[in-house]
Amino acid sequence: MGCGRVGAKLAEMLDKEGNKVTVLDVDEYSFRRLPSDFGGTPLVGNGTDQEALKKAGISETDVFLTLTQGDNRNIMAAQIAKHIFKVPRVICRIYDSKRKELFGSLGLETISPTTIFAEILKDNIKGKN
Amino acid sequence: MYIIVVGGGKVGFFLTKALLEEGHEVVVLEKDQARTEFITSELGSIAIRGDGCELSTLSDIGAGRADMFIAVTGDDEDNLISCQIAKHQFNVTTTVARVNDPSNEPIFKLLGIDVPISSTMEILEHIEQRVPTHPLTHLLTLKELDLELVEVKIPANSSTVGKPIRDLKLPEGTTLAVIIGTKHKPSLPTPNTIIEAEDQIIAVTPPEREAALRTALRGK
Repeated sequence: MGCGRVGAKLAEMLDKEGNKVTVLDVDEYSFRRLPSDFGGTPLVGNGTDQEALKKAGISETDVFLTLTQGDNRNIMAAQIAKHIFKVPRVICRIYDSKRKELFGSLGLETISPTTIFAEILKDNIKGKN
Repeated sequence: MYIIVVGGGKVGFFLTKALLEEGHEVVVLEKDQARTEFITSELGSIAIRGDGCELSTLSDIGAGRADMFIAVTGDDEDNLISCQIAKHQFNVTTTVARVNDPSNEPIFKLLGIDVPISSTMEILEHIEQRVPTHPLTHLLTLKELDLELVEVKIPANSSTVGKPIRDLKLPEGTTLAVIIGTKHKPSLPTPNTIIEAEDQIIAVTPPEREAALRTALRGK
């Protein structure tokens, strides 16, 4: 869910490895980021909308990732996938590190690029000293 | 009571005004600076510019001692997540969320929001009660039991007119409570009660069996 730079790149990589990939985005224009030989399915729809998720085949999904720019949208969609559609693995991107910790403690698998990137930068600076 | 309101739009503004008039301590969080200034000029310094999903903002306004947390922005995801933060991070006892898309109401309930309110559904219920020909009217929702009290009107051309109740295929889990008709007084329906034209039947049903109940009582 979310065909931004990260979503498009990840979809491309997973598709090349032979996985069945569906990319959901509210804006059709964002599918321009997918390569021309992309073998998966781009689908216009909102990931917090149960009908759109059903259309995307959520009930047969093994892994669901929420990668939109909106933390709350990601958290809501991830919880719908996990608690309503019982998707075996749900990974949720949350920029806000505090929200990431809270929803992580509530059982969501969460990743905060903010924290990860800050830590990489810190390690880099230290390494060069 | 100390009440936090997230979202200072029309709903948030008038809600805050009413709660203040009732003597409650209220703080309203609003993202937009101009809107925050407007609320401050109208209601006093109870509006704070901030995001109701930011843990530090909520901590600053003392969310930990709030008795009630009400999220009424125009975005369902913001209402849901801010209420979940209030509940799980700040242990607020009662969380109330406005549901903009009615289909999100069961999700909000499942994800722990104490009082999800869909204004669309509320308005619809009022309309139903005023439209005399509406086949099924919601009278009351028993949220804890997941049941509804509904009224079904039997039109004269209904295929069930003249049949006893035992011949109707009532869906499982539904109960007929009272039958009110032009020919008989309000009474408890029995298997032998005959359905008459213009009868009004009050019944208890799980929400998902509503359509089946209507069909069973009115025919096709």
